[in-house]
Amino acid sequence: MFLGRFVMKRLLALSLLALLGACSGNNMPEQTLVLENHKFTPDQLTLAAGEKLRIKVENRDDAYEEFDSDSLGREKVIPGKTTGVVVIGPLQPGKYPFMGEYHHETAQGVVIVQ
Amino acid sequence: MLGTALIVFREIFEASLIVSIVAAATRGLSGRALWIGGGIAAGILGAVVVALFADVIASFASGVGQEIFNASVLFAAVGMISWHVLWMASHGKQMAQELGGVSAAVKAGSRPPSALLFVVSIAILREGSEVVLFLYGLAAGGSNASTLISGSLLGMVVGIGAGVALYLGLLRIPPHKMFAATNWLLILVAAGMASTGAHFLIQADLIPTLGAQLWDSSALVSNGSLAGQTLHALIGYDARPSGMQMLFFVAVILGIGLTMALRPKPAPRASSPKTLAGARAG
Repeated sequence: MFLGRFVMKRLLALSLLALLGACSGNNMPEQTLVLENHKFTPDQLTLAAGEKLRIKVENRDDAYEEFDSDSLGREKVIPGKTTGVVVIGPLQPGKYPFMGEYHHETAQGVVIVQ
Repeated sequence: MLGTALIVFREIFEASLIVSIVAAATRGLSGRALWIGGGIAAGILGAVVVALFADVIASFASGVGQEIFNASVLFAAVGMISWHVLWMASHGKQMAQELGGVSAAVKAGSRPPSALLFVVSIAILREGSEVVLFLYGLAAGGSNASTLISGSLLGMVVGIGAGVALYLGLLRIPPHKMFAATNWLLILVAAGMASTGAHFLIQADLIPTLGAQLWDSSALVSNGSLAGQTLHALIGYDARPSGMQMLFFVAVILGIGLTMALRPKPAPRASSPKTLAGARAG
């Protein structure tokens, strides 16, 4: 019973936070990143420091890909022929490389924060 | 082949560490091998199912279903670990004191290991589904089957080996300190999982960051390095943590720690009815 309350409280806090977040992030800039033949187009995205960016990763290949960036701290599986959303930022100025982990020989790109 | 091995190792490694901590933490509990074995089997099955439905999960909630799914299973695991740790805090001492610790566990019932079965399954399910997707992709892309199999086997063996090494290390802790040590380890794992769950919700833009980057220790220990991955499995290490991740981390440690400290002390076993009543009233 005790634990039940513990979990309930956490769930409640979480849903409140989720609501807060959902209300806050609607006017965010958006950019589409196309993945085709295991290559990103464009392979360079720019972003102002301190801003957030919603990246729509459109995987036109049949294969699964994992959008992966250690420096951005993002990891997301994008099934073939689907589009996944990755939100990044706010970030400090610098270069943040990303890759498609499953085809990293060709699937490379970078986010430049100015 | 080495590329395949490396990716498979990266995914297996963290799950393997979690399983070995759970195995050490449940030493002496009855039917533990069955519970953990069951957890591993359920995790592998779950990984295949999640991989099969990856596109369904991904398209859910306008493209962030995967993050919500990951965060949900992580928070569920945090709940299960909390449950287990609180149970062990009240029963572990007795178990360690008695030579027949197993019988005490049987008397107390075997629900907590079932909570940890869930934790084992989740750890394997999360990482395993990515292995399945990755290998499926390579196979569908016409990669050489024998390279694929030998590469993934190599990655798997090294990843599992790391877990076995950690387990053997944990076994060297003397029994009377064992439960306290593994309990604290589990609390840190839970706090790390909560922080990682928060990270997924931030990635989906469902919760604010509360400070996008508290510090940057990537030059010291990067997320992708072996040390970074080990720390990520153990305490949810992130080289550039957000304020929200830290908040979740601290909240879980305080939550479990305070509950353990504030819960009424279990009455001495040979106590008279009077002291028992007194303890309940207090």
